[in-house]
Amino acid sequence: MRVIVRKELKELLTPQTMVPIVAMSFIFAALGGMMGGIGEALEEKPVVAVVDQDGSALSGLAVDYVELNSKVVYNGSSTDEAQQAIEDREGLAVIVVRQGFQGDILSNRTGTLEVRWNMRGAGIADSISTASVEVLLAGVDQQISAVLVGTTGINASIALAPTARNDTTVFKGRVMEGVSPSTVANMLSGQSIVVPMIIMMLVTMAGGMVISSMGMEKETKTLETLLTMPVKRTSIVAGKLLGAALVGLIMATVYMVGFGFYMNSFTVPGLDPADYDLTLSAADYALVGASLFLALLAGLAISMLLGTFAENFKAAQSLTFPVVMLAMIPMFMTMFLDFDTMPAAGQTLVFVIPFSHPMMAVRALMLDQYALVLAGIAYMAVFDVAIIWVVAHIFKTDRLLTGRKRMRRGAMGKGARALLGRQRGPGTPPEG
Amino acid sequence: MNALEVRDLVKAFGNVQAVRGVSFEVAEGEIFGLIGPNGAGKTTTLRVISTLLQVTSGSVRVFGHDVTREADDVRRIISYLPEDAGAYKNLTGVEYLTFIASFFRHGAERRAMVERGRVIADLGARLEDKVETYSKGMTRRLLVARTLMVEPRLAILDEPTSGLDVINAQEIRALIKGYAREGTAVVLSSHNMLEVELLCDRINLINEGRIVEAGTPTELKAKHHAVNIEEVFSKVVSA
Repeated sequence: MRVIVRKELKELLTPQTMVPIVAMSFIFAALGGMMGGIGEALEEKPVVAVVDQDGSALSGLAVDYVELNSKVVYNGSSTDEAQQAIEDREGLAVIVVRQGFQGDILSNRTGTLEVRWNMRGAGIADSISTASVEVLLAGVDQQISAVLVGTTGINASIALAPTARNDTTVFKGRVMEGVSPSTVANMLSGQSIVVPMIIMMLVTMAGGMVISSMGMEKETKTLETLLTMPVKRTSIVAGKLLGAALVGLIMATVYMVGFGFYMNSFTVPGLDPADYDLTLSAADYALVGASLFLALLAGLAISMLLGTFAENFKAAQSLTFPVVMLAMIPMFMTMFLDFDTMPAAGQTLVFVIPFSHPMMAVRALMLDQYALVLAGIAYMAVFDVAIIWVVAHIFKTDRLLTGRKRMRRGAMGKGARALLGRQRGPGTPPEG
Repeated sequence: MNALEVRDLVKAFGNVQAVRGVSFEVAEGEIFGLIGPNGAGKTTTLRVISTLLQVTSGSVRVFGHDVTREADDVRRIISYLPEDAGAYKNLTGVEYLTFIASFFRHGAERRAMVERGRVIADLGARLEDKVETYSKGMTRRLLVARTLMVEPRLAILDEPTSGLDVINAQEIRALIKGYAREGTAVVLSSHNMLEVELLCDRINLINEGRIVEAGTPTELKAKHHAVNIEEVFSKVVSA
């Protein structure tokens, strides 16, 4: 049994099986680091501005609590100045205690805290940061409640929840009254989470298809036959890519039809995306389609490049990993953060990986960020041409049949490989 | 003009020289056998002739066309049958023959070529079935058919009858002989020494990348006092 176990370990513990696992653990470690960073950000005091227009004891209590539990970048009476300070310091919200705050509460009406949110992104991490301000406002409510409990003439319901929020969210230049950032984030969650996941699946599926096809063609030697046909190698590459791209186009079309239905049926109670111009026009859909098609073409070209290194169908399976990884990195990054709120290194990484662009395109177009989408399309067009050129070049060389250095033996034929096996040392069984 | 001229061919993979200065020529209508033990460099030589691998040094010319500089011209007049090759599993036999014929002819000529392929394959109604349903022998017949139906001026056949039963193998050999009689030059590699002896007009024996013996089957048997080519092979390789 020990002999069999040793043989199994030798067969299974290969670089092809281990590298993907190790790389995946690195990705998870990096994501853990990112999540840890979010936790640390949550523990930090939120940056806010506070405007007290009431000047009462209760408003003073609220302001004191806010000052104690947050980093206040403005404390005054001008909402405009407060807004400017928040924008300058990249703060989260302006909290305005309107005139009549105390009067309302003592008259058994809830006192209104107007919160003007400065929402910077709709990623998971972006929306988490707004939670710290919500915790702060809940604390204000509790502080005032503690003072009111036992005060004669105050209803119990008011004493327990004396304040109410009136949210206004400013997001990418859009002013959404009566809407909190979490509601906006919920509305955009389809674009933040679902779209990157679907694109990741599309790219890995199409890429896997091409790599497997290349592996199969090498294994069955249909590629050898094809390469001896009276047709230019560039035509073979173009034909293969065009065929795969047409399949990709069909996939993209099916995706776009399904996504169109998805978008049309998407509603968040109390919020109509059309009210805030958060919908896609026909031209926007065309841009999303173009972005998706070019990203798929990039995925197919990269896969074909990787496929040239595959010796057979089995070896091809392990080569899909780089494509999966290239699709997963932008998927996670665009899920957690908006392109705008990413650090510069993250922005560079996301922009360079072609699959990021359709993942970001829908949200960017909803927010009229055409520059990002068009730049992405231009970049992908250049990227695709470059990769296709490299693939066409490889098709003209021995490398297509010899593959990796280790695989050069593959070009010699079964017998030559057996001979090399014998040359490696006694005991190596000959083939064929 | 010779159908094939191989001069001082060297093919190296990194530091390993698989073919070390091989020279031979094949005449029109001749069946030429390239035989040798495993790892001798047969398949590598055939792949270079087929324009699949680049020449490290030396030269290979097919009907005067250099395989490196005039690869497209060479591909128009050759047909290569790799050892253990398959066909596209999702195509039917006829679709596969049509696919290959499309590279060579159009319209009625293409249809005639496919019809020739049908006759050579001799698979009857099974040609309408997908290749994935074929046995190994049926697939080999289909591949031999696609190799010969294009009427190449030079056919390069690596183990043409591997996987075929005795009757099928005999039929394929007769086909190859027939094509050679009509002027097709054939370069053939096989481990079946009986096949080599039956088919080949001339044989070159390659070992460790070098041609170590050459001649007609009769000449080789007489030279080595052997009763058949298998014995010649054993004596030469053992020596």
